[in-house]
Amino acid sequence: MASLKQLALREEERPRFTGGHSLCAGCGIPTIVRTVLDSIPGPVVAVSATGCLEVATTRFPFTAWGVPWIHVAFENAAAVASGVEAAYRSLAHRGKLSGERVTIVVFAGDGGTYDIGLQALSGALERGHRFLYVCYDNEAYMNTGIQRSGATPFAASTTTSPVGSVGRGKAETRKDLTAIVVAHHIPYAAQASTSHWQDLSVKVERAVAQDGPSFLNVLSTCPPGWGHDSRDGARLARLAVESRYWPLFEVVDGHYRLTHYPAHPTALVEWLEMQKRFAHLRGIQSVDLESMIEREVTSQWQELERRTAESKVWFEERESASV
Amino acid sequence: MARTMQGFEVLTGGEATAHAMRQIRPDVVPIYPITPQTPIIQTFSRFVADGKVDTVLLQVESEHSAMSAAVGAALAGARTMTATASQGLALMVEVLYIAAGLRAPVVMAVGNRALSAPINIHGDHSDGMLARDSGAVQVFAENAQEAYDLMVMAPRIAEHPAVLLPVLVGQDGFSVTHSAENVALLRDEEVQDFVGSYEIPYPLLGDRPSSQGLFAMPDAYYEIKVRQIQALEAAEQVFADVARAYALRFGRHLGAVESYRMDGAERAIVLIGSTAGTAKDVVDELRERGERVGLVAVRLFRPFPHQALEDALATVGRVAVLDRAAAPGTLPPLFADIRAGYHGTAELRSYVYGLGGRDTAPEDIAKVYRDLQLPAHAGIRYLGLLGEDQHGES
Repeated sequence: MASLKQLALREEERPRFTGGHSLCAGCGIPTIVRTVLDSIPGPVVAVSATGCLEVATTRFPFTAWGVPWIHVAFENAAAVASGVEAAYRSLAHRGKLSGERVTIVVFAGDGGTYDIGLQALSGALERGHRFLYVCYDNEAYMNTGIQRSGATPFAASTTTSPVGSVGRGKAETRKDLTAIVVAHHIPYAAQASTSHWQDLSVKVERAVAQDGPSFLNVLSTCPPGWGHDSRDGARLARLAVESRYWPLFEVVDGHYRLTHYPAHPTALVEWLEMQKRFAHLRGIQSVDLESMIEREVTSQWQELERRTAESKVWFEERESASV
Repeated sequence: MARTMQGFEVLTGGEATAHAMRQIRPDVVPIYPITPQTPIIQTFSRFVADGKVDTVLLQVESEHSAMSAAVGAALAGARTMTATASQGLALMVEVLYIAAGLRAPVVMAVGNRALSAPINIHGDHSDGMLARDSGAVQVFAENAQEAYDLMVMAPRIAEHPAVLLPVLVGQDGFSVTHSAENVALLRDEEVQDFVGSYEIPYPLLGDRPSSQGLFAMPDAYYEIKVRQIQALEAAEQVFADVARAYALRFGRHLGAVESYRMDGAERAIVLIGSTAGTAKDVVDELRERGERVGLVAVRLFRPFPHQALEDALATVGRVAVLDRAAAPGTLPPLFADIRAGYHGTAELRSYVYGLGGRDTAPEDIAKVYRDLQLPAHAGIRYLGLLGEDQHGES
């Protein structure tokens, strides 16, 4: 486990992602990218899907990337990473590469992961490439101006699910992408949040140590998309975790473990209230909407607790075996 | 020359292509099945399973991912080849444009097939024409031997420092992919020596970090695009050089266009692909009867060899351009290209033929040569169309 000081030192020694990019103040993405890259010990090749991160960090002729980086299109980051990984395997096998093992990391938003890139992700997971896929989940198509995605929560107002005289925000609940990924039986999958940087860093270390695919779904705050103050990014990310809206957990070989347990969860409304996308819930008629979100969060939490309880013995046995 | 060859084997175009791939020994081959290309990847997969080649096969979940993985692998520093057809190429086209823009020298075999709808698995050139403006080099083979030869030539064209673009090697679905004929294979060492090692300027897995696939605003996009266009133009000379090197070494010369009995020809047909074989027989027969007819087969379609065609058609008076694809609402692609760059005096006529695998028999070709003796028709003629007067409007 790296301390904040160690991560900062690594960043100073080998800057892998520099400032000067045009991501918004209060955006969660740079925190995710820096924490991920600084937590990986050896050389890295990064692959990005089209999206905020790609557009804001690689405006020709500039780049914020200190590691080899490639972007091809929106829906195919996992397939591009598959190709890079296959190239690595082939060239290493044929003795054309020397040096430390290269880690291949994908960064893609929720649009590029939950929706248009899901097939490519599924294929890459099924094929078992050794790579880490990081979804920075800001819960909508933010780069194109805040449109609803499969990750957008129920009732959230976006430009394609606006609140109007009839519309009450997104009519459907979020897709459980992490569960879809887990169904591919990959060695390691986890959810993380920018508020808990050390939890994220440890998960990256565990993920890249796997001899196979690994996946991190990281909640990423978005001031323009969520309608919150830039300075509140970290606080909002923390409230998402503490309210159990975005639980922090990991799935190791199919076994679930909560990595942070909000014993005294904060009220969900505290989290909702800080975001303009949920502003319509403040009205009196919207009590049902709010309770529907509450019900979704509660049922997901209960399911997660059930799975965690089932996996408890497995983790205990594994730990006692490794002592 | 003959002593350098391994000898003849009876192979389909698909099998011959797979042999070329085995001998080239690419680092990575992403694959996805689609008729009529499947024999290529099946045969190649068999070579891998039998330990005859140690390429990393990537069995992806779509052609879109096949091309995406190919771009990733090629830019990572691996010689990469793939194969597709029809809807598969259509699905790849988004990424094919990007491959050209990112200057990823991926070599792809195409078993040319009709596009849906109606769905149809048989040969025509609609898929290739869909990829026409992708920025990739595109060549078409007449038969299995040419499919093999062009495949062996392709890496040197794709990877040439002045080019660095994808190369599509087309062969007609079924009439070439699935038809067995005698094919002269080179020896494995000769092929590997001919293609050489894979070198690109900034491999992702090399020691110089680079960012590839950047976002370019109006201040830069245009210049980048024009350089890419110039690279495709440069491929015409590179193709000629590689063809010459191949001929010097192995005795078979595959020029940008093939002129068949064009000496003193007054009437000529120009076409692409396997129907050249049928047309050559018809030309022979008509020549025996003293008719001054000839054939021009176009192998290099992108970049389009305007001058070579101009030279090939120098003596003729009437030319029928046969397209195995349409461009609904305008003139068919090959005809439009020839007409756009042609400065000669010959009268050019447009025909469409063989869509969705409709057979084109020697009589159909003979009929075109007869037509050329008659006054010009208006618009596009649809050769071999049932029950119609075969005249279209344009």
